[in-house]
Amino acid sequence: MNARKLALTAAVSALAIAGQAQAEVDFSGKTIEWVIPFSETGGSAKWANFFAPLLAEELPGNPTVVVKFMPGAGSTKGANWFQEQEHEDGTLLFGTSGSTQFPYLLDDPRVRYEYSDWVPVMASGTGGVAYLNPTDGEKFDGSADALKDTAFIYGSQGATRLDLVPLLAWQMLGMNVEPVFGIKGRGDGRLMFERGEATIDYQTSSGYLGASADLVAQGKAVPMMTWGALDEDGNIVRDPTFPDMPTFKEVCEATEGCETQGDAWDAWKAFFIAGFPVQKIAFLPAGTPDDVAQTYSDAFDAVRSRPDFAERAMQQVGEYPVFVGEGAANAAKEGTTVSDEAKTYVQNWLQEAYGVSLN
Amino acid sequence: MDALATALPALGEAWALILQPVVLGYLVLGVVMGLAVGVFPGLGGIAGLSLLLPFMFGMEPVLGLALMIGMVAVVPTSDTFASVLMGIPGSSASQATVLDGFPMAKRGQAARALSAAFTSSLFGGLVGALFLTLFILVARPIVLAFGLPEMLMITILGLSMVSVLAGRVALKGLAAAGLGLMIGTIGEADAGGSLRMATYDIPYLTDGLQLVIVGLGIFAIPEIVSLLRQDRSIAKDAKLGSGWMDGVRDWAANKWLSIRCSLIGVLVGVIPGLGGSVVDWIAYGHAVQTTKDKSNFGKGEIRGVIGPESSNNAKEGGGLVPTLLFGIPGSGSMAIFIGAIALLGSGDIEVGPNMLRDNLDITYSIVWLLALANVVGTLLCIAASGGIARLTTIRFTYLAPFLFMLISFAAFQSGQNFEDLLALFAIGLIGIFLRRFDWSRPAFLIGFVLSNPVEKFSNQAFQIASFRFRSSFAEGMDYIFSPIVIILIVITVVSVVLGIRQAKTIMAEGDVKSGSKRAPIVFLLVIAAYLVTALINAQMIPDYNLTDKIVPLVVGGISLLCCLIILGQMMLRPETDVVFADKEIAGEDADAPYGLWSTLAWFASLIAGTFLFGFIIALVGFMLSFLRVRAGAGWAKTLILTAAGLAFMCLMAGALNRDFPPGLLQDAVDLPWPLN
Repeated sequence: MNARKLALTAAVSALAIAGQAQAEVDFSGKTIEWVIPFSETGGSAKWANFFAPLLAEELPGNPTVVVKFMPGAGSTKGANWFQEQEHEDGTLLFGTSGSTQFPYLLDDPRVRYEYSDWVPVMASGTGGVAYLNPTDGEKFDGSADALKDTAFIYGSQGATRLDLVPLLAWQMLGMNVEPVFGIKGRGDGRLMFERGEATIDYQTSSGYLGASADLVAQGKAVPMMTWGALDEDGNIVRDPTFPDMPTFKEVCEATEGCETQGDAWDAWKAFFIAGFPVQKIAFLPAGTPDDVAQTYSDAFDAVRSRPDFAERAMQQVGEYPVFVGEGAANAAKEGTTVSDEAKTYVQNWLQEAYGVSLN
Repeated sequence: MDALATALPALGEAWALILQPVVLGYLVLGVVMGLAVGVFPGLGGIAGLSLLLPFMFGMEPVLGLALMIGMVAVVPTSDTFASVLMGIPGSSASQATVLDGFPMAKRGQAARALSAAFTSSLFGGLVGALFLTLFILVARPIVLAFGLPEMLMITILGLSMVSVLAGRVALKGLAAAGLGLMIGTIGEADAGGSLRMATYDIPYLTDGLQLVIVGLGIFAIPEIVSLLRQDRSIAKDAKLGSGWMDGVRDWAANKWLSIRCSLIGVLVGVIPGLGGSVVDWIAYGHAVQTTKDKSNFGKGEIRGVIGPESSNNAKEGGGLVPTLLFGIPGSGSMAIFIGAIALLGSGDIEVGPNMLRDNLDITYSIVWLLALANVVGTLLCIAASGGIARLTTIRFTYLAPFLFMLISFAAFQSGQNFEDLLALFAIGLIGIFLRRFDWSRPAFLIGFVLSNPVEKFSNQAFQIASFRFRSSFAEGMDYIFSPIVIILIVITVVSVVLGIRQAKTIMAEGDVKSGSKRAPIVFLLVIAAYLVTALINAQMIPDYNLTDKIVPLVVGGISLLCCLIILGQMMLRPETDVVFADKEIAGEDADAPYGLWSTLAWFASLIAGTFLFGFIIALVGFMLSFLRVRAGAGWAKTLILTAAGLAFMCLMAGALNRDFPPGLLQDAVDLPWPLN
C-alpha cells in the first residue's frame, strides 16, 4: 500500500466515522435538484416530475425537490456533466434513461461517464408500444408478413438511443423503416406521426397512455406490439400494463424469417433489458456516503409503499415495479452491462444499416 | 354550431370557477410574485414556477392554476421595464421592444413607452383569450397542418425580418445575421452530436451559448458601456417628458396595429416548436412595413413598441394550445406548468388530447385566468410606470454598477458556470463592436435565435421530403409545396422585397458617421477570420454526420461571401462611404469623456474579482471602488448604495434559492451563504 492509497483509506475511514457520528441526514430548508438529461417533453421528464413531490414528502426535513432539464446529444451531455459532480450535501440527484445507458453500452466516444462510479438509489422500468398508421395497420394480422413491402418513416432521436430497440425489432421483422434523426423527444415523434409525416411510431408506456392511446381510440393509429416485460426467470412475457397486446416476441414468432434465438435475438434482448425493464435509474453522484444513499433509498421505499401509489403510478407512468436499495443496485447493474457478442452485433448492424460508426 | 353548444356551458362553468374571492386572491398573489421575479432580466417564468412546484402537490386544482397562471402571465408584461428603461431585453419575448422603447426612454419618454407597452400587452392578452375561446375547439387539425416544411417556412419568415433590420448596408446586416447563425451552431449538434467550434476539453462550449447571455451581451452591455462613457442620465435632459396617459392614447391611435399583432402572436404561438422566439420580430417587422413614415424606427417610434408588446402576451395564450391539446410545451415555463398540473388535486387532470373532452371547463378557466392575470398585472405595472420611469433621470453612473450586478447574476443563472460570465463579456465585446461599426445587432440576434430551428427543420424536412420523392415525384412536391408553405413563401418574398426597399431608412443605431478606413476593415477581417475557422471546423466533421455540417457550411459560406464583397467595397470606396460607419468618429461616443477600454475594465474587474473571491465579495469591492472612484460619491452615499445593492441581491437570490458564482477562494475555504 503506497502512501497515497494509505492517505485515501485514512480519509475514507475518517469520513465513515464522521458519517456515523453525524446526526441523521436532514434536508430541512434545502432544495434538491433532480437533473434530467432530456427535454421537457419526454417520458423522463414525466417520470421525475411524478416522483419529485412524493420524494419531497418522504425525505427527512421535507426539502424542495426541483426537476431540472439539461437536454443535449441524446443525454450524453447531461451525463458527462454529472460525472464531474461530486458529493457535496446530497442535494443533487440525477436520472438516467435507456438513452443514457445505450451510448455507454456501445462505447460511444462522447461518453465520458462511468455508471459504476455513481450510487443508484432507485430504478424503475417501463414498457414500450409500437403502433402503425390505420392504412398499414389493417394489413397487420399478428405477423409482419404483409408489412414487408411498405416503406415506413419514423421520427427518431438517433439510432444509438433507445430507438435502437424498435429499429432493430422492425428490421428483424423484415420491415423497411427509414428513420428521420434529430428529434428532441418522443413527444415530437408522436406529433410527427399525428401530422402524417411519420407512418410508424413507438412510445414508452407513459407516453402511450398519455396521448397515443387516444389516437388508437379515435382510429388514427393501430397498436402493433409491446416490447414485453421480464418475468422472475428473465423470460419475456406480456406487458402487465397492456395485457391484450402481443409482444414483439409473439409477433416475431409469427413472422416468416424472424427468429427468437440466435445472435440477433440475443442482442435485441440484451438492449431491450437495458432500455426498458430497467430503463430509468436515479443516481447520487460519486462519493456519496452510505447514510445519504440510505436516506434516499428509504424515502423512495416509502414512496412506493404509499397506499395511493399504484393508482397514481398507473395514470402517470404505467404499472411497473420500482426497485430501491439492493434491488436498485442489481437493476442498475443489469441495465448497464451487455455481453460482448451483443455489443459487437449491434455495433456492426449500426454501421451497416445507418453508417453509424462509434469510434 | 356543435362546438358552440359544448363551449358555452363549459365557459359558464369556467367563469363560476374563476369568480370566487379565494381564486382571485390566489391569482393576485401569483401576479405579485410574478412581477417580483419578472422585473429581473434573465429570470422569468421558469424560475418562478419551479419555486411554486413543490406547493402544487394535492392542491385544489383551480387555486393552483390561479397561482401559477398569475405568475406566468405577468412575465411578458413586467419584462418590459428592463427593455424600455435600460435597453436590456427582459426576456426573449421583449427583445424587439428594446429597439424603439429604449430610444424613447433616452428622449425622456419612458413613462409613455411603458404605458403604451403595457396597454398593448393587456390588449394582446385579452384578444388572445377571446380568440382562443373559440379557436381551441377547432385548433387540433390546424396545428397538425403545420408539418416540418411549414415550420421551416415560418422560421425563414422570421429570418426574413433581417432584411428590414439590416440597416443602410444590406450586406452587413446579412453578414451579421449569418454570424449570429454561426454562433448559434456552436456546441454539440442535435442530430448527430458532432462538436462544432467546441471541444470536450471546454465542456462549457459543448452546451452552446444561452439565449439569455447572448441577448444581454448584444443589447445590454454596449448600451451600458456607452451611457457610462457619456456620464449622464438615460433621458438626455434628465427630465421626464410626457406621462403615462400619452402612452394609452398612443395605443388607442394604433389599435388596429395592436389587433393585427395580437393575432400574429396567437397564431405563431399556437405552432409547437417555435414558441416565443420569432413572434416579437415578426410583429416588429409587420409594424415597420405598415407604417408610412419609417424614418423614426430605431429612434423611438411608438409603433415599434406597440407591435411586439401586443404580440408577446397574445403568444402566451397561443402557446397554451400545443401545451393543453398535445401535451407538448411551447416553452420551458409551459413544461413546468404541465408537470405541475399533473400534481394538482388527485392528479386526474392530465394535459393532452383528453383535456378538451374531459376538462373543457378547466381548459377555459386556464384561458381566462390568463386574461384576468393580464388585466391585474397590467394595472399594477401602469400604476408603477410613472414612478419607475424616474430611474431614467438619475445620473447613469449611479445606475451602472447595479446593472452590471444584475446582468452578471442573470447570466450566471442560465448555466450556473463561471464561464457564463466570460461568455457574457465576450458576447458583450462583439455587441460593442457591432454597434460601433453599425452592423445590425437585431439581425445578429435573430440569426442566433433561429439558428437551431433553421438547422433542425431544414434537416428533417429534407429527409422526409427525400423519402416522399423516392416514392413518387408528385408526392414529394405535395409535401414540400403545401398551400400553407406557398402562402408563407409569398409572404416572405413580399416581406423581403418591402424590407430591402425600406431598410435604408431604418437606422437602428442612429445616423452613424464614417471617417477612417482602418478600424472598420480590421473588424471585418476579424469576423471573416472567425467564419473561415468555423467553416474549416465544420468541414472536418465526417460525412456520415452530414446533417451536422451542412447548415454551418452553407450559412458560413454565404456569410463569408458577404464579408468578401464588403471588403471589395471597402477597397474601392472612399473613407466617407457608409460602409465605413464608425461611432468613434463623431457623435455621442466620440465626444464621451471616458474611453471604451477604461470603462469596460470596470466590468472586467468585477468578473476577475468573481473568479478570485466569488461574486459577493467581488461585488462589494467593485461597488465600493466604482462609486468612490468613478462616480466620485462621498463615503456615506457609497456605503449606503453598496449595502442596498448587496441586500437586494441577497434577498432576491435567497427567495429564489439561487447561488452566486463561486471563485478560487471558495474552492479553498468553506464559507457560509451568501459568500459561498
